[in-house]
Amino acid sequence: MTTDAGSVAIRARGLTRRFGKLVAVDHVDLEVPAKRVYGFLGPNGSGKSTTIRMLCGLLTPTDGEIEVLGLKIPAQADELRPHIGYMTQKFSLFEDLSVRENLEFLAAIQGVPKAKTKGRIDELIGQYHFGDRQQQLAGSMSGGQKQRLALACAVIHEPELLFLDEPTSAVDPESRRDFWEKLFELADNGTTLLVSTHLMDEAERCHRLAILDRGALVADGTPRELTAELDGRTFVVDTADPRAAQRALVDLPGVLGVAQVGNTLRVLVAEDIGDATQRLHKALATAGPKADVVPAPPSLEDVFVAATRKGDAHGERTA
Amino acid sequence: MNWRRLWAIVIKELRQMRRDRVTLAMIMAIPVIQLVLFGYAINTNLRGLATGVADQADTAGSRALVMDMLATGVVAPVAKADTPQELMAMIRAGKVSIGIVVPPDFERRRIDGRAVAQVLVDGSDTTVQGAAAQLAQVPIDSARPDTRAPLTSTPVAGRISVVAFYNPQRSSAVNIVPGLIGVILTMTMVLFTAIAIVRERERGNMELLIATPLTRSELMVGKVLPYVAIGLVQTSVILALGIWLFEVPIRGSVLDVYLASSLLILANLTLGLLISTRAQSQFQAMQMMIFVFLPSILLSGFMFPFAGMPRVVQWIAEALPLTHFLRLIRGVMLRGAGLWEMWGDVLALAVFTLAMMALAILRFRKRLD
Repeated sequence: MTTDAGSVAIRARGLTRRFGKLVAVDHVDLEVPAKRVYGFLGPNGSGKSTTIRMLCGLLTPTDGEIEVLGLKIPAQADELRPHIGYMTQKFSLFEDLSVRENLEFLAAIQGVPKAKTKGRIDELIGQYHFGDRQQQLAGSMSGGQKQRLALACAVIHEPELLFLDEPTSAVDPESRRDFWEKLFELADNGTTLLVSTHLMDEAERCHRLAILDRGALVADGTPRELTAELDGRTFVVDTADPRAAQRALVDLPGVLGVAQVGNTLRVLVAEDIGDATQRLHKALATAGPKADVVPAPPSLEDVFVAATRKGDAHGERTA
Repeated sequence: MNWRRLWAIVIKELRQMRRDRVTLAMIMAIPVIQLVLFGYAINTNLRGLATGVADQADTAGSRALVMDMLATGVVAPVAKADTPQELMAMIRAGKVSIGIVVPPDFERRRIDGRAVAQVLVDGSDTTVQGAAAQLAQVPIDSARPDTRAPLTSTPVAGRISVVAFYNPQRSSAVNIVPGLIGVILTMTMVLFTAIAIVRERERGNMELLIATPLTRSELMVGKVLPYVAIGLVQTSVILALGIWLFEVPIRGSVLDVYLASSLLILANLTLGLLISTRAQSQFQAMQMMIFVFLPSILLSGFMFPFAGMPRVVQWIAEALPLTHFLRLIRGVMLRGAGLWEMWGDVLALAVFTLAMMALAILRFRKRLD
């Protein structure tokens, strides 16, 4: 079950999950490389959690095939469990146990050898900066501390594969940076990480990324590959009246997204729009506000907008 | 079954319990409060029932009879009447619960050996009826030898004397305390495990647990074990208070008392566990627990005699652990019987426990769907 660099940790084909009439995950194909940080980017309700739960064998897929670390899931879920760590979206440790008690409990449950348990817990307490709070109850800690503890507990048995479901949604930016440092350390030491998030800056950090929208996989690749696809399609509009400019552009055919960033607008256009700068200028001139249109390097947010709008158009066609 | 993981669950449960003041209070307070409350308040031997007397004969003999009845203490005279009709009106108005009528031909009836007096009862309260039955034995029992009439050569056939075995003082506490062990254990044990799994689901802990190698049986058994200890502590508290406050005897072996209690504890804990795998919320678990608790109290023989119930109800009662426990504990504590003499009830509790545990484990899925 060892995974070499360059090999695949998770493979899913046609993964589907329905809850009654709702299709939470719709024919998703995935390939997660080993020893990398793989991101799941998508808004709330896009099927990130459902997909993660299916991948670690907690939910039975309605359809599709999953192979994780060479094991068929859900059939071999029990064999998989000792090799994975799972950090749930909601804090799932025991709030009425102390930091150390939580770690002790998980060490025993995850089968950390008895002789090594104390050493491993001391190591984690050092690494995750709990030296002075070992006896503190988990429930009385801040959001950032709780997430750190949850991560420490999730990796106590040094799993090959770590699932993290929106691990930093309730954490301040400073703690988030520390947290990501830890994730990269784990990846460097050979752990495969699958992280779901709805934050662009987090998604940007991942080695590889899948964008989910309403249960469907709408894009995947490295952040650089994904942004490269949008070269020449993003512009910054500098104007004194960004609101008026936004109104002028938002309904223009071929414009996928207009977002205000401070005093400027970020505009994303469709591939087949032709001479975009020209058309944007023309639209702005007729609407009134004086404005400058400058091509800008695409960001992951643009990728996200492009990917989800594509889904929209698709949705309209099939509707 | 991995012992280390099982032990980890037990330790975790105990640590959580230690920090949960409400639960800790429940463990000690429920037995103490219930015991004192039931022990002192529930008294099925009524004393001082409001009574009206209509002594129409008013002879020395009739007055002696009435005095004998009053002397039992069961009745307390509050009114006098001239006719049975007057007494009936009093009963209907709720002024008295019992009426004693001595007819004018009392002396004649006594010689003929016919009924010498009549006791009118407010039958709307069944326990009063019971008390009256007790009272009705007085004239046959004591009025006759007292007549000093030459005609006492009439054989004293029909004379019924009630001899109360095992509880000669007719103290309710002696009957109630052993049963109370069962009632308190049913109430607290089912409740503890009924919320055990649901609570972890509500708090989100379950999603973490099911993603680990922890097996279903380790989780279930680990949840039950700590509460067995708690249940035995409760048993000890009730026994100690029962002996100290109500002088309840333990005629059998103390070991048998604890064995019987352990059987009931396990049966209740596993039943609670099964409830916990079904319930969607802690509130729902409580509702289901009450659904089991009420029949247990009413049908097990704790409140009403088992023998008096219709056949169908008896079948239902046989399915309740408390029914079997009551037979065991009364046998051991009051009659000095050994557990093995009542092996049928021991077996019933053991089978119940195994069935509940198996169902709970089967019903619990390491899945979210």
